[in-house]
Amino acid sequence: MVEGILFVLMAVTALAGAVTVVVARNPVYSAMGLLGTLFSVAVLYVAQLAHFVAAVQVIVYAGAVMTLFLFVIMFIGVDTSDDRDERLPMQRFWVGILAGVIVLLAAGITLSGNFDWVPAAVETIPEATNGTIQAIAEPLFTDWVLAFEATALLLTISAAGAIALAHFKGQRT
Amino acid sequence: MSWPEFWIVVLRVILTFGLLLVVTILNVWAERKILAKMQSRIGPSRAGPYGILQTLADGMKLFFKESITPRKVELGMYVLAPFLAVIPAFLIFMMVPWGRPFMIGDHEVTLQGADLNVGLLFILAMSSMAVYAVILAGWSSGSTYPLIGGVRATAQAISYEAAMGLAMVAVVMFSATQGDGGTLSLAEIVERQSGTWGDLSPALQPVLQFVPRWNVFPQIVAFVIFFIAIVAETNRAPFDLVEAEQEIVGGFHTEYSGIRFAMFFLAEYINIFSMSAIAATLFLGGWNGPTFDGVLPGFVSAVLPTIYFLAKTYFLVFLFFWLRATLPRLRYDQLMQLGWKRLIPGALGWLIVSTLVISFRQFGPPWS
Repeated sequence: MVEGILFVLMAVTALAGAVTVVVARNPVYSAMGLLGTLFSVAVLYVAQLAHFVAAVQVIVYAGAVMTLFLFVIMFIGVDTSDDRDERLPMQRFWVGILAGVIVLLAAGITLSGNFDWVPAAVETIPEATNGTIQAIAEPLFTDWVLAFEATALLLTISAAGAIALAHFKGQRT
Repeated sequence: MSWPEFWIVVLRVILTFGLLLVVTILNVWAERKILAKMQSRIGPSRAGPYGILQTLADGMKLFFKESITPRKVELGMYVLAPFLAVIPAFLIFMMVPWGRPFMIGDHEVTLQGADLNVGLLFILAMSSMAVYAVILAGWSSGSTYPLIGGVRATAQAISYEAAMGLAMVAVVMFSATQGDGGTLSLAEIVERQSGTWGDLSPALQPVLQFVPRWNVFPQIVAFVIFFIAIVAETNRAPFDLVEAEQEIVGGFHTEYSGIRFAMFFLAEYINIFSMSAIAATLFLGGWNGPTFDGVLPGFVSAVLPTIYFLAKTYFLVFLFFWLRATLPRLRYDQLMQLGWKRLIPGALGWLIVSTLVISFRQFGPPWS
């Protein structure tokens, strides 16, 4: 019951935030809309007992990434008189068609009751999926340690690469 | 959840909230009084004994003053920003255990807003949320000085959050060796700091048995880095470039007045207290201390841990005030250099050293 109410509330705010990102004239409001969406999704993670994922979502996306976005927006000072030309021909038309098809599909699934399309949550939650730090750390550092370390290496390389690209740009040619 | 458990949760949230409000009101007064003493002034002295009611009087005044809204503000964000400052400030303190758990009947009451499994991460998340209030206030005011304050706040928060997080990692790793596996729950971290270092070495036992088992002794470098980082995170002197009066008037809150300004003011003092409380919890053993169970009456032993917690926290809060009275403000380039060239490399280096020592003690030398 509580979970249902929470889901409806957070789904509405997540969608409202997502719409704000696209509709808002001022880029700062777009950033705040995205922040609202990220936050609502984090609450949904908590409802799914994934506390760790929720905390990381707020720290990394809402805390670090969005702060940088706002920083850039405020520093560069995007004006409302900016270039608003749409370079992709007919982009609104095709996006409208795509969105319409997805909405119709979702409505069709709901009305016909063929819920095999959307697999339901497991009946009983196994103990291991209760998202405590310990439950996440154990598989991460035993079964998946190679993939985990490889990802870490990849991120380090990409960060170093970004710095190198920015730093040595002027010296080439 | 049964009804008694529900009421216990409500009770402890209200207690935590109430404690935070009372100490914050006292903090504002204490800062003015302590700064006055350090500068050979008298400080607030009219409202109540020793001027202790000064904050209440100021609060009432701000509450009844007009909240002026300048014409050029972005109204939505301008109104939202003070709330965004206060909410994370309150939520951070909800994670801090401020007293020993006790029993009412057969229900355990923990004196803590909530004990999350990811408590420490929650604190990091909320402290990174707090910066939005400053950025948005600065931007939405539609004025140059607040905007400069907001931009400074963003750069400062990003720089010092990294050092703060790295110092926390070192403590968590050390704390993992003190019990059964690692933990991010603050209640658990406090439990692991009970007792003394007496069992560390038989030779030094007579001395070490009087040294409490706090994380600050093995993790002193992490403590210093953490403390500098939280002073910068709360935008306090000497890191108060965000609201440097001589350069940018009032910084991000220049255009705020009345109750909206009061909310920013309140958030700043709540943050000082709750960040000090977190430092006391992580490094100074939280509510641990001699409680003389059985010697003193039961209720005294139950209240003593809370007093120890407040004493440790107030020691750190006093350091905040002391810094403000002593140090001049850093220049902007000095601020960035201290953050990126001293604190972050220092925290990384300390993390490596502390990891090596922990592994060495646990697994023996690698060549054996």
